Amino acid sequence: MEKVQIIAVATSLLFLGYISFLIYRGRLREEYALIWIVCTLVLIVFSVWREGLEVLARLFGVVEPPNLVFTGAIFAILVYLLHLSVSVSKLQVQNKKLAQEIALLRQKSDPSKS
Amino acid sequence: MDNSPTKTLAAKIAVIIPAFNEEQSIVSVVNAVSNISNTAGIKLVPVVVNDCSTDNTALVLKETSAVLLDLPVNLGIGGAVQTGILYALENNFDFAVQVDGDGQHPAQFIPDLVNAALNQKVDVVVGSRFMTKDGFLSTKTRRAGIKWFYLLNRFLTGTRVLDATSGFRLFNRNAIRLMADNYPDDYPEPEAIVLFSRAGLKIAEIPVKMKEREGGVSSIRGFSTLYYMWKVSLGIIFTYFRKIK
Repeated sequence: MEKVQIIAVATSLLFLGYISFLIYRGRLREEYALIWIVCTLVLIVFSVWREGLEVLARLFGVVEPPNLVFTGAIFAILVYLLHLSVSVSKLQVQNKKLAQEIALLRQKSDPSKS
Repeated sequence: MDNSPTKTLAAKIAVIIPAFNEEQSIVSVVNAVSNISNTAGIKLVPVVVNDCSTDNTALVLKETSAVLLDLPVNLGIGGAVQTGILYALENNFDFAVQVDGDGQHPAQFIPDLVNAALNQKVDVVVGSRFMTKDGFLSTKTRRAGIKWFYLLNRFLTGTRVLDATSGFRLFNRNAIRLMADNYPDDYPEPEAIVLFSRAGLKIAEIPVKMKEREGGVSSIRGFSTLYYMWKVSLGIIFTYFRKIK
């Protein structure tokens, strides 16, 4: 294994460890953790299997293998951002319902104030 | 016909007044509603929805007869109006009238809105500035925007509402039930017209005379105008295709 591979594998493993730690402490929900774990595993696979990128690039017909990395990574990021936008929209709806319910309950619990 | 005065008298009407930092005008708006309630022979209950104001809006209201719904976070006009609608639904009101907290909508027209709903047997009545072109008509650019919403609404649903941005409206029980589950958050008025049409509700428009705001500033100004036009147009089109809950 070359130096760069060892660094890449070590970094990925550290990252994986940190994700596990976050899940263990309950600070990251499993549904989000899944995507991070998959990403880390992909990083580890390609750190070990160095020709893998060239094999994949040839498979997709990409001339410069690094371009495949960028295209794939940017696409994955966009999909994940969209997923987060959906999550935020859902939270907003729930947040609105809760706020409305609080306003109605406040009025009910203390009508003298109104 | 249902326009007998007894029918009007018996109706329970909530006047929903969304307010965000309207300490200067809110009391006079509430008092105007109470006065109409006393003189016109219809029972109006002012329901102020305080959209997490940072000024003394909630405090100045304590002196009035208004029901106060205090939102813990700022929801925007749509969420605030919907809160009032939920109150009207829960407390079995027959009608809900929406009146802006800034004094633009003179309370003297509320009986006209109620009568239009009863006489024309419609679910929603919109108070329009443009039927008689009387009173404060807004600026030229704004009128162009309003015309665009009119055309868009007419194209999609065939509904002809000249003043689609007017927030001076009356809703009956059917509309209240619909709005409790479906109501846009920001700039809801033009979108709501499409929503009502899609749900099969009947809409009537009657002439009213609006005033310039007594206090506060419009939520739509400067660069946000472009965002507003874009957001509302998109909202109208998506509301047209969206499934109603």
